[in-house]
Amino acid sequence: MTRPALRLRPIIIKEFRQIRRDPRSLIFLLVIPAFLLLLYGYALNFDVKHLPLAVCDQDRTSASREFTGKLEHTEYFDLKLRLDSPRSIDRILGREEARLVLVIPPGFGDDLAAGREPEVQVIVDGSNAQSASTALGYIGAIVQQESVRLFAQRLNDRGLRGPAVPLRTDVRVWYNPELRSIRFLVPGLMAFILMVIVVVSTSFSVVREKEQGTMEQIAVSPVRSSELILGKTIPYILISLVSAHLVLLLSFLLFGVSIKGSYLYLLLTMVLFLTGALGQGVLISTVTRTQQVAFMVSILTTFLPTFILSGFIFPIRNMPVVIQAFSYLVPARYFLDALRSILIKGSGPAAFGPALLFLAAFAGLTLALSIANLRQSDEPGRRLGRRKRG
Amino acid sequence: MNVSIDVRGLSKRFGAFTAVDDVSFAVRRGDIFGFLGANGAGKSTTIRMLCGLLAPTSGTAAVAGFDIRREPERIKASIGYMSQRFSLYEDLTVEENISFFGSVYGLSRKTILSRMPWVLDLAGLRGRERSLTRTLAVGWKQRLALGCAVLHEPAIVFLDEPTGGVDPLSRRKFWDLIHTLSGRGVTVFVTTHYLDEAEYCNDIRLIHAGRIVAGGSPGELKKRAIRHPLFEVECGQAVEAMEVLQREPWVLETSIFGTYLHVSVADEAEGRTRIPRVLKQHGLTLVRLDRIAPSLEDVFIHTIEEQAGSRPAGEVRS
Repeated sequence: MTRPALRLRPIIIKEFRQIRRDPRSLIFLLVIPAFLLLLYGYALNFDVKHLPLAVCDQDRTSASREFTGKLEHTEYFDLKLRLDSPRSIDRILGREEARLVLVIPPGFGDDLAAGREPEVQVIVDGSNAQSASTALGYIGAIVQQESVRLFAQRLNDRGLRGPAVPLRTDVRVWYNPELRSIRFLVPGLMAFILMVIVVVSTSFSVVREKEQGTMEQIAVSPVRSSELILGKTIPYILISLVSAHLVLLLSFLLFGVSIKGSYLYLLLTMVLFLTGALGQGVLISTVTRTQQVAFMVSILTTFLPTFILSGFIFPIRNMPVVIQAFSYLVPARYFLDALRSILIKGSGPAAFGPALLFLAAFAGLTLALSIANLRQSDEPGRRLGRRKRG
Repeated sequence: MNVSIDVRGLSKRFGAFTAVDDVSFAVRRGDIFGFLGANGAGKSTTIRMLCGLLAPTSGTAAVAGFDIRREPERIKASIGYMSQRFSLYEDLTVEENISFFGSVYGLSRKTILSRMPWVLDLAGLRGRERSLTRTLAVGWKQRLALGCAVLHEPAIVFLDEPTGGVDPLSRRKFWDLIHTLSGRGVTVFVTTHYLDEAEYCNDIRLIHAGRIVAGGSPGELKKRAIRHPLFEVECGQAVEAMEVLQREPWVLETSIFGTYLHVSVADEAEGRTRIPRVLKQHGLTLVRLDRIAPSLEDVFIHTIEEQAGSRPAGEVRS
């Protein structure tokens, strides 16, 4: 009735004691996210580098060797094979000994010298469309560059100054100059991993007490449902913050992702996001009756939405409008936006302010619903899952 | 006022199902009040309403002077509650459970520490303060749960099937504790379906299909419900004997108790002569025939059969 703070404290102490007694839940919260980062961080790599390349040089002149040298000496391609005849190309690509074959026709050098326009052929394994198109992009750029160089050289040989190239692009990549996809993926991974782990582990918290019957004992005590929910949430916020920092540290150590922006904003973003995730977990806990059901609901409501609708891997802009609308309900989307702004771009609060507002609203809503739900959870026939009756 | 719990016309409906139907009774302070009935008869629903967990559909009740609709929070602070699941935290130690429940009821650290030895003695757990609760045998868990429920010295304790799944010796010890509490002026509201336990209560209500069908002290109940002489018949074939005796017009009621038969008749002398004769006529051997005092079980079987015969339940006085 009075002094609710007094009853919040025993619940927090009790939760910490229970977490300490159950090392599995601690491992789940602390070790699994770091482990998943390691796993996904290395497995999910969209960078196209060191593609195995085969060269079929039918010209064998100094000009053809110079041209193939341009491709060999980049980090994008590794020369694996030199072919004598184009007949073996099918076999080479089929066995994946090479993903890409460069064919230089006979007479390449002569044509070049005579000012004709020789053609080179590029055959690419299109079964992985994404890496194939990236590889074609690289080759196109290299060939383009080489043509411009040869053209200038030819003019030069005739004692002429080349005209200015009409349109020239000067591309600068900001924030992630090496265009490494891991920079882009780490924030998404953090959002995904923390969301799934935190929701699953907290969804057990209330439902476990229901299964063990301790919930009933709390219900007849003067503890208010708000005290119970907050008392249960606070220890998990602290633990999941530690977990989030472990993930950050590991991203820095393994993938070189450092914090470009303000740490304080990052901390605020993480606290809001984690509180929302905990809120969702507790909410699931209040509407379910068994840990199994709670687990299934947690996975269903976090795994796919966070993976698909957060912009983690699939750009939201490319989705149908209806799906885009759904993505606005996924807290990981906002967390991801804010995280990319703070971690990679180092932008100020103007860029992610609205995202933080949504995260705060989500946290408030889920916790308020949990409290309301718990307060009237005694009416039978409303919970999910079977309940034993004495 | 001498009344701890005052229930008037309490009903609870879940959709079309009436779990508790117009129930009224009063519990005197310091009494051991037994609330008896089969599973699903409405016992737990009534307790939940009295503890402020469930809002009644109609009717009122006052617990420790507080209204169950308007002041559930004040009720919760003045009662203790324990159910057959002995709802302790299995992954906390004995000591940690005691201090958790103490602090949840707003007791200071000092008060908890000063009452700790009393609870440990009551539960017989001296020297096991640091044991995890899950390692305790059922009887100990049960007494620890009771200790945690009365730590804050409530005026009323609700015990919902407190002895379920406990061995007879532990049950006996537990009832000794209940008597101790009652002796200190605590009102004990207990539900059970062990009818031998009901004999320990000062006052009893029998609930059947949501309605109270009988009430009073065990002695009063027996006197009122069983007005006719009752015989216990021991005979090789109890079921056949029952079928035979039921056909006799002078036999009022028969029921099977284990391998024995209880037979109620209008006149004792008539029973003594006619029961052996009828059994003999049908080739059944009588081993023993005794006039017995009715047990509460006889009372309940009689009462519920009467109910099934759809005689309206008379208003139960308290």
